[in-house]
Amino acid sequence: MQAIDLREVQERVRDMVMHAATHLPQDVVRALEQARADETEDTAREILDQLLQNQELAQREGLPLCQDTGLGVFFVELGEDCRLKGNGLGETLNQAMIDGYEQAYLRKSQCHPLTRQNTGTNAPALIHYDLVPGDELKVSFMAKGGGSENMSRCTMLTPAQGWEGIKEFVVRRMAEAGPNPCPPTIVGIGIGGSFDLAPALAKKALFRPLDESHPDPEIAALEKELLGEINALGIGPMGLGGRTTALGVRINMSMCHIASLPLAVNVQCHSSRHQEVVFSCRPTD
Amino acid sequence: MQTYRLTTPLTEADCLQLRIGDAVLLSGTLYTARDAAHKRLIEALDRDEELPFPLQGAVIYYVGPTPAPPGRPIGSAGPTTSYRMDAFAPRLYGLGVKASIGKGRRSPEVRKALEDNRAVYLGATGGAGALLSQCILESRIIAHEDLGPEAIRAMTVRDFPTLVVNDAYGGELYT
Repeated sequence: MQAIDLREVQERVRDMVMHAATHLPQDVVRALEQARADETEDTAREILDQLLQNQELAQREGLPLCQDTGLGVFFVELGEDCRLKGNGLGETLNQAMIDGYEQAYLRKSQCHPLTRQNTGTNAPALIHYDLVPGDELKVSFMAKGGGSENMSRCTMLTPAQGWEGIKEFVVRRMAEAGPNPCPPTIVGIGIGGSFDLAPALAKKALFRPLDESHPDPEIAALEKELLGEINALGIGPMGLGGRTTALGVRINMSMCHIASLPLAVNVQCHSSRHQEVVFSCRPTD
Repeated sequence: MQTYRLTTPLTEADCLQLRIGDAVLLSGTLYTARDAAHKRLIEALDRDEELPFPLQGAVIYYVGPTPAPPGRPIGSAGPTTSYRMDAFAPRLYGLGVKASIGKGRRSPEVRKALEDNRAVYLGATGGAGALLSQCILESRIIAHEDLGPEAIRAMTVRDFPTLVVNDAYGGELYT
């Protein structure tokens, strides 16, 4: 029988969670280096130097890049032909996150919304599931910080507002967020779907590497246009002025109701910590 | 724009010489408090209880650090976003706090409290928690250990790097 062993999933996902906290993805490092080269103001350069030094130090010393090691967010793509062997996928991912946060000395930031009592383990992990064709399991993990999440917004535009309305909302949101979400940011945008789907689209968009353009050239052009308008705000690194307010804009679209134009802006700080791992079915006993 | 080396507790004279954009390298003791700890501090004041640290001349650092790995005084320890403490900060400034350290904009009420009380708001680089932790020599929990990362700590720092975001004259560094 072919199957995926969830014990192996738990170990590798735990390792991924630990690695993500201390290693900034290389596309983000390159984007920060490019921003450093493009900036002309001393303060903006100084901030970007600090961020580059910070990621070097974090990697070398095994220290978390940021004290906000985030909520553990997973996007799972489960092949419909997969057979899973073990204790359940949700429990496996949740335990992998708990183990990773404990073993790597990461901060536990998950708490009750009203009593504010910390759960003490960073559990529960937030898990989005998609069933896809095939026999592979893809687990994408993001450590999502609260400061940038607080600057995120969702709205229901009218169809008449169209692309101009989307641009106006996104640019105004980033202007109002100003220095708060730790710019330079990455702006995830979900367009379409429904009231609940748009934010998930926006969050998933944040996984696309900064040096990878959108496969649809028309959407890639819209991303470039929005990035230009956001950077024209001049907010700059840490809000202290400069050319780089955002490192990238990532759009994810879906069809929507004829009455609606759902829009979500999920702001990601420069410490964009995410990784993916893929598992294939193997012969088991 | 100048660079100042200051040692805690801060005085009114320390604060009055600072202008927005000045760099301040802080040495001495920072008291950490973020959302839940601020709520506890204000509740203690409402009940006329003694606070876990002296407010006079104090510098409050808005941070919830990662746990200390073996052999280090603390884990990663950069600033959190300050506006969430705006509801509490004016009262603490009124009782002698001379500086807070965080990131992001403050409310008009906080900026007025800085002018009224001759105090400052300092910004540290958000997302540089590993780098900033190198300036922290010692850290110990002094109150509310049950709050975990939000417990109140006394941190001994040397040359902790900040920028003056709001000074005692109504100045604002953010564009």
